[in-house]
Formats: sequence, C-alpha cells, structure tokens
Amino acid sequence: MDEPRIGVFVCHCGKNIGGYVDVPSVVEYAKGLPDVAYSEHNLYTCSDEGVTSIKRRIEEHDLNRVVVASCTPRTHEPLFRSACVEAGLNKYLFEFVNIRDQCSWVHMRLPKEATEKAKALVRMGVAKARLLEPLEEIDIDVAPSCLVIGAGVAGMTAALNLANQGFDIHLVEEREELGGLLRGLHKLFTGEQDATELIAPLIDQVSTHEHITTHLSSKVREVKGFIGNFDVTLDHGQQQSTIQVSTIIVAVGADEFKPAGQYGYGEMADVLTQLELEARMKEGAVGAKDVVMINCVGARVPERPYCSRFCCLTAIKNAVLIKENDPNANVWILHRDLMTYGVEFEDYYRRAMELGVRFVRYGLDSPPEVIGNGAVQSVSVYHQLLGKQVELASDMVVLTTPLIPRADNIETSQMLKVPLSSEGFFLEAHLKLQPVEFATDGIYIAGSARWPVEAAEAVFQACAASAKASAPMKRGYVRPEAVTSSVNEDVCGGCGICVSMCPYAAMQMRTEDGVRIAHSITALCKGCGTCGAACPSGAISMSHFTDEQIMAQIEAVLA
Amino acid sequence: MTAETTTSQSEQVVTDGFEPQILCFACNWCSYAGADLAGVSRIQYPPNIRIIRVMCSGRIDPTFVVKAFHEGIDGVVICGCHIGDCHYIDGNHKTARRIPLLKKLLGQLGIEEERVRLAWVSASEGDRFASVVTETTEQIRRLGPFKPFGDVRHA
Repeated sequence: MDEPRIGVFVCHCGKNIGGYVDVPSVVEYAKGLPDVAYSEHNLYTCSDEGVTSIKRRIEEHDLNRVVVASCTPRTHEPLFRSACVEAGLNKYLFEFVNIRDQCSWVHMRLPKEATEKAKALVRMGVAKARLLEPLEEIDIDVAPSCLVIGAGVAGMTAALNLANQGFDIHLVEEREELGGLLRGLHKLFTGEQDATELIAPLIDQVSTHEHITTHLSSKVREVKGFIGNFDVTLDHGQQQSTIQVSTIIVAVGADEFKPAGQYGYGEMADVLTQLELEARMKEGAVGAKDVVMINCVGARVPERPYCSRFCCLTAIKNAVLIKENDPNANVWILHRDLMTYGVEFEDYYRRAMELGVRFVRYGLDSPPEVIGNGAVQSVSVYHQLLGKQVELASDMVVLTTPLIPRADNIETSQMLKVPLSSEGFFLEAHLKLQPVEFATDGIYIAGSARWPVEAAEAVFQACAASAKASAPMKRGYVRPEAVTSSVNEDVCGGCGICVSMCPYAAMQMRTEDGVRIAHSITALCKGCGTCGAACPSGAISMSHFTDEQIMAQIEAVLA
Repeated sequence: MTAETTTSQSEQVVTDGFEPQILCFACNWCSYAGADLAGVSRIQYPPNIRIIRVMCSGRIDPTFVVKAFHEGIDGVVICGCHIGDCHYIDGNHKTARRIPLLKKLLGQLGIEEERVRLAWVSASEGDRFASVVTETTEQIRRLGPFKPFGDVRHA
C-alpha cells in the first residue's frame, strides 16, 4: 500500500454541527494531522454536492483514505463508502467520525469544548485511517442441496418444502421407516384427526419425490465444513457414504420420558405413559373402565423444570376419546396446572368437563399415590378443593410425561458445532430475532429438537426453517463478513482459547506436522473480535479493528 | 420540548479546573446506537468523553484499557449490550468476566478500580448512556487526575 494520503471532510450538517462546533477550525486542525493531504468542510457532506466533492478530491489529490466527520456510521457509512468505491477506493479505506450525535448535539451549550472534542475525534479517526487496509469480500457458492436430519413430521415437511422448490434433499432417518413420533400416535388434538391421515400423504410424497433421497436406518456420523460446503459422512449400519450439501436442517425430534419407578410404572401392568395409551387406542379398545391420568410426571419438577407444552392437551384429548367411546367410563385427570393456551384448546378443556372428565388439582408436595399389587386398584390423592384425601377406584393409570432431549443430542451438537440449552434441547440463535436458525450459518432447526412442540407447531417451524434454508440456496451464494479474524500461525501457541470463545465455530484447531494451530474459517466468522481479545499470544488479528488501529486511536485521544 | 429544556445541569459542574479525559469503548449494535440516541434526543452530558467504536464489547482487549491509562487517560467506560442482547450471542458475557478481573488487577497496580466502569447500554437507552457518562465524569473528577502507579508501594 502506498503512503497514506488522507482526505478529511467535515460536515456542518446545516446548523446541526456548524451551529455548535467551529467547523472551519476543525478543518484547519485536520490539515495539520499526519498524512492528511486534504481537508474541506461541506454544508451537507451527504448531499449530492458533498458526495461529488469527495469523489473529485480523491482524484484531484490522489487520496487513498477518506475520513468524513459528520453524523453516524449507522445511517451514512454505506453512502460514503460507495462514494469511495465509485472513485476507485476500497470501501474499507473509509473511516467515519461522529461529531454530531456524539458531539454537537450533546454539548449544545459548550461550543468551545464541543469544538475541542470534534478535533480530538477527528484526530482519532485520522490515526485509525492511517492504518486502514483494503479488505476483500469473497462470495461463497451455495449449491441447492440440503441435509435434513430426522424424518418426523418436521423433517418431512421441511424436506418437501425445499424439494418442491427444486432443491436436492438428503433426508436421513435413524429408524427403518419415515414418520417419527407421530407414527405411534392415535389421534391428534383438537380435531381428532387420525395421526396417520397427517403423515401418510407426507410419507408418500417424500418417498416418491424426485428431489428427495431418503437414507433410512442411517445416522449422520460426521459433518465438516461450512455453509455451501458441508461434507457429511452417513453411517448406514454396514457401510458408510459421504454426501455434500450446502445447508442442514436439524429435525431430530425428542423422546418421551419413561418414568421408571414412579407411580408404579414398570411395576404394575396397567400403569402406562400417554404414548403407550395411544398405541393401545390405535389397536382398538382401551380396556379400562376407571382411568386416572396423572399430569406433569417428571415435568416442572426440580430436576426437569420445563413445561412440555402439549401434554395437558394430550391428556385432555385422550380423556375425551375415552369418554366419547364409553360414556360410562370414569376419567380423572390429576394435574398441577392446566395449560390450555389459545382459543381452541380452552374450548377443548370445557368440552372435556362437559363430557364428565373430572379434573383434580394436586400439589408437588402431596403427589398422588397409586395403590395396587401387580395390578392397579386405586389412586389416592389429596383433593385441594375438598381439603381431604380421596381415593379413586382405578383399573388404569396413565402418566402424562414430557418430551425429553434425545440422548445423542450432545453428540449431534458437537458434530454440527451448534449449542444446546441447559435442558439439552437445541438452542437457536435468538428466540425472536433468529428463530429456527443457529448462529452458525446454514444450519437450521425445527420441531421438538428445539423444545417440545405439538404436530401443528412442528409444521410451522419446519416451514420457517425451510424458508430460511432456501434463501441462500436460491441466491446461490453468501457473502460473508469482510471484517473477520485471521491467525498469525507463527505466533499462535495452539492453546485453543479462541475456539472456546467463538460462538460461530469459526475458530478451529488443526494439527499440522504435530503442531496445534488455530485456523479462522472466514466463511463462518462474524467479526465480533472476541477471539482476538482473548488470544494470549496476540496471534489473532481482527481486520478493520486491529490492535494497531485501536491502539492508535487510544494514543490519539490526548493530542 | 425544546432542545434546551432537556439540558442537564451536570455539564456545568464547577470544578477546581481539573477536567478528566475519559475514553469510552462502545459496541456497534447497542451502546454506540444508545450514544447516538442521546444525541438525537439532545440529552446534554459532559464533553470529557471520547468514543471508540468496536463491533462487540467482547473485542475489548483488557490491554486497551491498560494502554489508555498508559497514555494518561483518567478513566475508561466500557459499554456493551445488555446480557442476553448481544448481537454476537454472548460476546458481552466474556466482557462481563474480563472487566471485573481487569479491575482487580488494576487495583493491585495501585490504579483505582473506580476509574474503569462497565455499563450495559441498549440502543434505546440514550438517557442511560448520558447518565453513565455524567456519573463517570463526576466520579473521575472526584478521583482527580490519573497518576501512573501512584500508590503502588502501598498496594
């Protein structure tokens, strides 16, 4: 790079700056700063006139760095950068100095001090500008191919959405058939639609789709690379295969909690979970007259504090089905709180009461007791409204248990380098700003892998995740941040602290010739710089915010 | 409400002539925007502060703060997004651990910990940014000029 020749453009912003800061004196001051080749003031630097002037002065004075002292980079940096680009300068050779929002507007009664501060800010900006380096923005190709892990209702929906847009999908399912948890369900609330009616057409479309390759009885064994370039190793049991995809959707679902040792589960024949009850109902009769359901078994307890969201409704649905099938049956739901959110679900709760399903609230401090010896005889529970212990004759106890994270979530999360929540479910980048997306580009999440959801919500999320995944594939490329970290391999001590700092898995350790060295995966780096702040060897450099640039700014604070 | 009516009294504090030089590091996404909002809202605060923009408060190497004192700056404010709001997921968590550790270390070097302040300022907290600056300026005015390693022998 040639010797710096800096142009400093100081804006009056009408009276917004010029009314409080002595702009001409700032210009005169700037002219005396090192490497400043030219300085001028503009009534509005952002006007056509101002922008044209920047471009003309770059040419006239052979400027190779530009500093604009005006408002805020948050609104005007793109404009001034493009002026630089039009004049043939790399846009990263531009530096913004904020003398309006952070100076003239906040020191309106102190024109002398405001002018001094404006000079100091320009001095700091020039100090950084002297050290600016051009940066390149490199596009990464994103081919239209996606790996969907898990072929439950979420995975299949996502796969179909993408395949229907012409993207090539690899759908990997560890079981030997498509369908996931819904295969085992009888009917879905609230419409009492047969679960098979929902998934059979999906299974049919997925298995015959020209753009979907299904890998049954298969597991993802290894994932390497980044958006646009994922190398995936699949384990099919006997043999392995490798595929290349651009994006990944995690739809691995969750497992039903089996409450071994609680309420006689595993000890008495007629103590079941809701999922086991569904299986029985699917086959035909429930085979019981007096059914007691106990909700929140293993959920909202100290060791598992979360609510599994849909289980209250599952219990109500199955209770309604039992009552509709046999009005003489007695169905009790023992609950701690009932979560029947929204419009339809509250109606559903009322309908259950109208049908004669009885609801009894119990406390965590006095849980129900299942009485029986090999077979269920009754359930004893402290009835909070009656204020006394009651005994309910029973020939079947159904335990409503939460969905829990799959045991191999840890392995999967490490393989994909995406985080899990403290509960063990997959954790998206941001609940509201980036739902269904991981912080790592190109990896998305849908369904109960994220947290327990009912079928409709799994479908919403699958639609959302597939829409997100389709964006870079449709565009065909991604343009990663130009402001990124890089590692000076001669200095790196191989400690790996940066790897633990990076939330995007952009820092990875590699061993070359027996030496551990950190590598920055530019495509994944978002440019936050936390790795650079942590590196004990000073081996990591953050472009556009280098140590040298920031140190120069600090040195320039005082004249 | 006119600009003048929002003027705080703090900028007019009469001192015995010592005006501290204070450096502020502000993250691009929350705190820098919060500082901009203070301006847009015309909230007046003391002119002793100079802001350096970084992308994330997690970028702030503790050595930057040490460097500031080395240069003779009297106080340093580090501003980032509130916990949970970090644009880079959890960069500010790292700041939240580094800065208290740094303050401890500075204390052992005889540098008053009160010269360093860590404050979370969101993009919507222009008033908070202004009061952080005002409070810090007053605090550093009370502490007086930074004297390198002044009390190290007593530490």
